[in-house]
Amino acid sequence: MTKQISSIAKGLFMMVFLLSYGHTFAQPTTYSGPQTVLIKNGLVKTITQGDLPNTDVYIVNGVIQEIGQNLTVPSNVSVIDATDKVVMPGIIDAHSHLNTVSTNEATSPVTAEITIKESIDPNDVAMYHALAGGVTTINLMHGSANVIGARNATLKLRYGADQFGLQFQEAPQTIKFALGENPTRVHGQGTGVQPRTRMGVERVIRDIFDDAIEYDRKRQEYLSQKAAYERRPNRVSPPVPVAKNLRLEVISDIIKGNILVHCHSYRADEIVMLVNVFKDYGVENYTFQHANEAFKVAPELAEAGANASVFSDWWAYKFEVYYSTAYNAAILHENGVNTSINSDSNELIRHLNHEAAKVVRYGGISADDALAMITINPAKQLGIDEYVGSLEVGKHGDVSIWSADPLSIYAINEMTLVDGQVLFDRASDAADARLDRAISYDQSFEDLQAQVSEEVRGRQDDACMEDAFILFESGSQMEQTHNH
Amino acid sequence: MNRKKQSRFQFCGWMVVLTLLFGFTNLQAQIVEKPEYGTFIIENVDIYPVTADVIKGGVVVIKDGTIDYVGSNVKPDLTGEVKRIDGSGYRLYPGFIDSETQLGLNEIGAVAVTVDAAEVGSVNPEMIAQTAVNPGSVSIPVTRVDGVTNVVASPVSGLVSGTGSLIDLYGYTPEAMSIDQRAGIYINWPSSGKRGWWDSRSESDIEKDYKEALDQINELFNDARAYHAMWEAIESGDLDAQPDVNAKMDAMRHLFTQEARLVVRVNREKDILAALEWAKDQDDLSFVFSGVSEGWRVAEQLAEAEIPVIATALVTTSRPSDHYARPYQNAGLMANAGVHVSLSTFNTENVRNLPFHAGYAATYGMGVEEALKAVTINPAEMWGVADKLGSIEVGKHANLFLVDGDPFETTSTIKDVFIRGYRIPMVSRHTQLNEEFLNRDATN
Repeated sequence: MTKQISSIAKGLFMMVFLLSYGHTFAQPTTYSGPQTVLIKNGLVKTITQGDLPNTDVYIVNGVIQEIGQNLTVPSNVSVIDATDKVVMPGIIDAHSHLNTVSTNEATSPVTAEITIKESIDPNDVAMYHALAGGVTTINLMHGSANVIGARNATLKLRYGADQFGLQFQEAPQTIKFALGENPTRVHGQGTGVQPRTRMGVERVIRDIFDDAIEYDRKRQEYLSQKAAYERRPNRVSPPVPVAKNLRLEVISDIIKGNILVHCHSYRADEIVMLVNVFKDYGVENYTFQHANEAFKVAPELAEAGANASVFSDWWAYKFEVYYSTAYNAAILHENGVNTSINSDSNELIRHLNHEAAKVVRYGGISADDALAMITINPAKQLGIDEYVGSLEVGKHGDVSIWSADPLSIYAINEMTLVDGQVLFDRASDAADARLDRAISYDQSFEDLQAQVSEEVRGRQDDACMEDAFILFESGSQMEQTHNH
Repeated sequence: MNRKKQSRFQFCGWMVVLTLLFGFTNLQAQIVEKPEYGTFIIENVDIYPVTADVIKGGVVVIKDGTIDYVGSNVKPDLTGEVKRIDGSGYRLYPGFIDSETQLGLNEIGAVAVTVDAAEVGSVNPEMIAQTAVNPGSVSIPVTRVDGVTNVVASPVSGLVSGTGSLIDLYGYTPEAMSIDQRAGIYINWPSSGKRGWWDSRSESDIEKDYKEALDQINELFNDARAYHAMWEAIESGDLDAQPDVNAKMDAMRHLFTQEARLVVRVNREKDILAALEWAKDQDDLSFVFSGVSEGWRVAEQLAEAEIPVIATALVTTSRPSDHYARPYQNAGLMANAGVHVSLSTFNTENVRNLPFHAGYAATYGMGVEEALKAVTINPAEMWGVADKLGSIEVGKHANLFLVDGDPFETTSTIKDVFIRGYRIPMVSRHTQLNEEFLNRDATN
């Protein structure tokens, strides 16, 4: 129903658009659903099962059905010639704010009841620019203003689909946590509520976890008493109601293992703190995001089975990343920690293959392991490795096709497929790839200005702090742009 | 106690004695090991001079801080102690140059007291970056071990930000690092558009603000010209006067003597055209345009004006309607139109990524040869130091690096870096933390 309304709205929009402009522009391809396609004769980098030369990948209704040489398929199947090209799984970015409408609900240290699924811009051209870089799946995250932020949305870049169609249906729910400078600055320093310190950050987590356990016990007790009462209203007295509390239910789901934690963190001590807290509450299979100092506690992370999703080389933009090393990913990998390279940036997401290549430079990691850091490793962190992250029979037909070894700076992504549909084709891509062209190009100039502002004043933050500084009423306009 | 620890213990003991003897003068925080100096001969190396053809298996001699010999396998006569470096399997390039950074000026972006690139005030030509360059900045070794040997440290704030300084990324004092402390005066061209999403000014207010800023610029340059003419008259004896000292105007004089270039930071198409129009009336200035994100839209006009530009490759598109590859292509589109292009990261802590900016520009239309020039000889020419930097030629500073393959390739590894003939230790905070933690004992 919602989809119908949305497509009617789109139709109306297109009519208005065509009437007002009088002529059409070349349009980007929009998502129309799973497709059947044969990718022929490429060098197939499966990621999990080695490199296969002169190999075909046959995708049927959006799912890989066969991988092999000289496959025979029905004559009506469309064929992509990948001769002399490199075929690899679509890239997965485990940390992105690519097309959020808002990024931070910064009004409380815990906002687990919020979900970023309510904050998706399905028309953002940044999605197309990411597709052009071979990216097919992202972890669209809430910001890092709160110790426990909102639940994230795992998206497939089905450009042209609405906010519901973009969602990776099979993906488990994940949630954003944040430690260190950002939550202490926004809450303790900004509005005078705990946490102001890393001591406070730990307490916020432990206190809400304890509340959630208590709540869950009382709520379950109440629900069973209520059920008993409803069965025999004359024999049992009605229980005192325990109101539903979405915030505590989400926390309770984290403790029960139903929601995966992705935690913004930098310093080694705060990382170890959360490992200890999670040990106490039995939380497993979590991922430290950014984690610039994770390399210092790599053995502890390996022992706890924790994951790390890191920058290739960002550092020094704030104090808690001053003692960083670009060898972070390599050290974590050597210690057996499942590690991914992320972007947290609408610029870096356009060339995550190049970001992965830096792990070869800084630490001598093998090319295969480097590519795993932008495919199967982030898939594991998002709990979707059963569906994406490698080219294997039964997985989604999410593929990027490169002119050369994707770790080479001279490699160009030629084509990106989602569910077997070609959504980026360099040979025929639209110069203007926007879906929503109601705004003339000259009016929408903020992107350039934000970039200039960053160039001129220097980066002061990760993208995780977007929208957080609206809290500081006294903040100047300039301060807002710093953190945009 | 093992032998290594024992000798270290003894060494520490002697250091205490020596320190006491020499009154603490030897007590110095040594973050990285010291570089080697002397005469070096690099043999069997593929030389990429930039200004001449590649020499396969050639020889380069570094002596007294400069390039003493460049040639094929003829080994020159060398006297005295010579350090031999086997360059087999390696390529030798001139050190890369980034023409607009805040390296040395800013240490940690979010910690205001460590940010020295932005002075208070609107017109600050007399603020000279070099005096605030911290030779101990942790980002400097991080940058140079990746082959970037020179940068311009440039102020950023206000209308006239200050004077940017071209420096070597090695030295214990700003003076020792200095190539040209007055490389250029950086100005932020006033934009005739909205400044961002928060800019709620009306169209007429925007126009008014722009006109006011332009008036301010014109008044400043008219005053500066008059001041310069006055002093020329005094210096030549035509005028007998003792005017008050005016530091701002004194700084501006370097523009008219061509010692400093006027670097105009400008990005938007409309603003670039306005700046070009303004520049037409300033024929006594040497211009550089920097940023030029939309330079590809006005490449012909930039080429015609013969104004060199500083551009970057790894940024998002200027406008949402732009083709996704336009930022990668911008430098190449300008270069192909005949614009003299230098590439920059416009960064502080990650200036080390300059080779990759060049790699992207090369891939998307600029070509490898031109992209290489854009990080070597082009900036050297633009800053008027092509006699010192930017290529491998006899007599130039020995700012060089040895790499095991294509320097633009992310997966290549840099083996050695020389700055003013010093063989730089391949050590930085990043390598040191790697060494300490790669094989950390799990229980300690």
